[in-house]
Amino acid sequence: MKENKEFWLDKPKNINKIVYFLYAVCAALFFSDLAYHKHAYFYFESWFGFYAWFGFLAYITIVMSAKILRKLIKRKEDYYD
Amino acid sequence: MISLLSHPAVVLIIGGLILPFLPNVLRKVALLFLPILSITGLQVTEFGTHIPLDLFNYELQIIRLDQLSYIFSLIFIIALFIVVIYGWHEKDRLQLASIFIYAGAAIGAVLSGDLITLFVFWEITAISSAILIWANKTTRAMRAGQRYFIIHVSSGLFLLAGSILHFKQTGSFAFNHLSIDNFAGLLIFIAFGIKCAFPFLHNWLQDAYPQASVIGTVALSVYTTKLAVYALARGYAGTEILIWIGAIMTAFPIFFAVIENDMRKVLSYSLNNQLGFMVVGIGVGTEMALNGTASHAFAHILYKALLFMSMGAVLHRVGTIKASELGGLYKSMPWTASFCIVGSLSICAFPLFSGFVSKAMILTAVAEQGHWLIWLILLFASAGVLDHSGIKIPFFTFFAHDSGKRCQEAPANMLLAMGITAASCIAIGVYPAMLYKLLPYSVDFIPYTTSHVITQLQLLLFSALAFTILYRTKLYPPEIPSTNLDFDWFYRVPGAYLVKGFATVIVESEKYLFNALKKFVFIVGSRLHQHHGPQGVLSKTWPTGSMVMWVAFLLGAYLILYYMW
Repeated sequence: MKENKEFWLDKPKNINKIVYFLYAVCAALFFSDLAYHKHAYFYFESWFGFYAWFGFLAYITIVMSAKILRKLIKRKEDYYD
Repeated sequence: MISLLSHPAVVLIIGGLILPFLPNVLRKVALLFLPILSITGLQVTEFGTHIPLDLFNYELQIIRLDQLSYIFSLIFIIALFIVVIYGWHEKDRLQLASIFIYAGAAIGAVLSGDLITLFVFWEITAISSAILIWANKTTRAMRAGQRYFIIHVSSGLFLLAGSILHFKQTGSFAFNHLSIDNFAGLLIFIAFGIKCAFPFLHNWLQDAYPQASVIGTVALSVYTTKLAVYALARGYAGTEILIWIGAIMTAFPIFFAVIENDMRKVLSYSLNNQLGFMVVGIGVGTEMALNGTASHAFAHILYKALLFMSMGAVLHRVGTIKASELGGLYKSMPWTASFCIVGSLSICAFPLFSGFVSKAMILTAVAEQGHWLIWLILLFASAGVLDHSGIKIPFFTFFAHDSGKRCQEAPANMLLAMGITAASCIAIGVYPAMLYKLLPYSVDFIPYTTSHVITQLQLLLFSALAFTILYRTKLYPPEIPSTNLDFDWFYRVPGAYLVKGFATVIVESEKYLFNALKKFVFIVGSRLHQHHGPQGVLSKTWPTGSMVMWVAFLLGAYLILYYMW
């Protein structure tokens, strides 16, 4: 086994690189709404960056509500045993 | 009879029954040969074939092959191939044999043209799949298996009751379009709904699948629920309530998946959520929607099996599948990690992966019918898929905080199975025409438009951005060992108390009644004893002489009275 091998992802610097790359791609995608004709079924779909902020807000909503849900339904691991 | 032997399902079931008794080498040959026989049987049967079988004067249709039953049978056999390769190293003969019977029964059910044949295969899938849960041999698996078994056999009973009522009303057992407006149709609908894990009927899935054996879970993830999807598509296409049931199914499991610690349970919630998309498609019921459901089922079977295989490989090597104990495994299992990521990208519907070309059809069909709220719920759920299957599964297993666990890469046969499946996920994504030509209706849909690619990437990458921000600011809920309650709590805790309480009431009241009866018998007995016992007044023997004297006395008294008046 390669116990002590250093991996690229072990360096926080490299993780930052990935994160900055994601920021850049997101920015590019957001503004690309200017550049093409969106084929929309519903009027709200054509709002600027609709999918981007919908995805962002949906994700935050899901995770934050799950945290509240956890408070209600979390029990010990051997609860049913 | 010859047609019966070339029946793609019967071959597998008979094969499965023989498998455990074959010597090792022959068994390995049979493992590969049987699926080939089955797929050949499917290919040589022509579309429109109806094979009738007379049973007690009822005509049963043991094969009804059309586009819809073909695509489901085909993917069921392909999945069997994959499971066989994945489980090639398994020495437990019973497990692989059950998988063959299980797969065979699922294919048989899909091909059946009448409700009785459907019922028979339906129950065989229940029995054979329960064995895969028990195969894990832990106490939890035993109990979960029992619950699973009871629920699935009950589903079969609903189906049987509904079928008999349906026969009384229509005089036919034919399995065609049904309606929930009559009681028979409603019973069958419930039977399908249980197997399809409708909300509140869903807990058997998250309860049992994470407890099954490594190979068993992969097989389970393929057949039971997709058989139910097929049955719903056949019987209840266009039933409006399914749109709402499906939408709820896509949405609620994602919250549970976020906070679940057992990765195979996360995948079970995710499976439930994916079924929701298919159910919505069935509810919409247009050609585009049903195509979407069929293609999504096809793509889903592959990527979901792939995800379960990768988590199974981790469990096989590391011995645990709890997120709180995993992390950093990409260093030890780079191939497994890569295949898992392909599965994740597919389920999230990234462009160039299989989910992208199938899920889009369902969303488009929903939009075309103007269901804006349902459409928004599905979009919301798509962001949720990115969380539990796109990020949580690969990230917390293979990356995140390094758990320090080092192990071997998965066995070669597991890697091969995952590799083939991952390649298929990409192939479908890159060349969707391959999948589209298998669909029940002709396809008039182009997935790769600028608008669709960009909007989908916006949705997914902004969700990923949200994750990055939450994770870096430590707002993302940590993985902690826990049991999260779900609806099954109602029958596992108060339900169990109720049954226990009820049993106690019966036992106690039986005791009370018995005691009361004993007392009563004793009192009656002692009274009888008092009067009729050896010392009892009524049981004395009377001498004849005194009798005669009393008679003489009475007669004398009578005589005196007679003369006096």
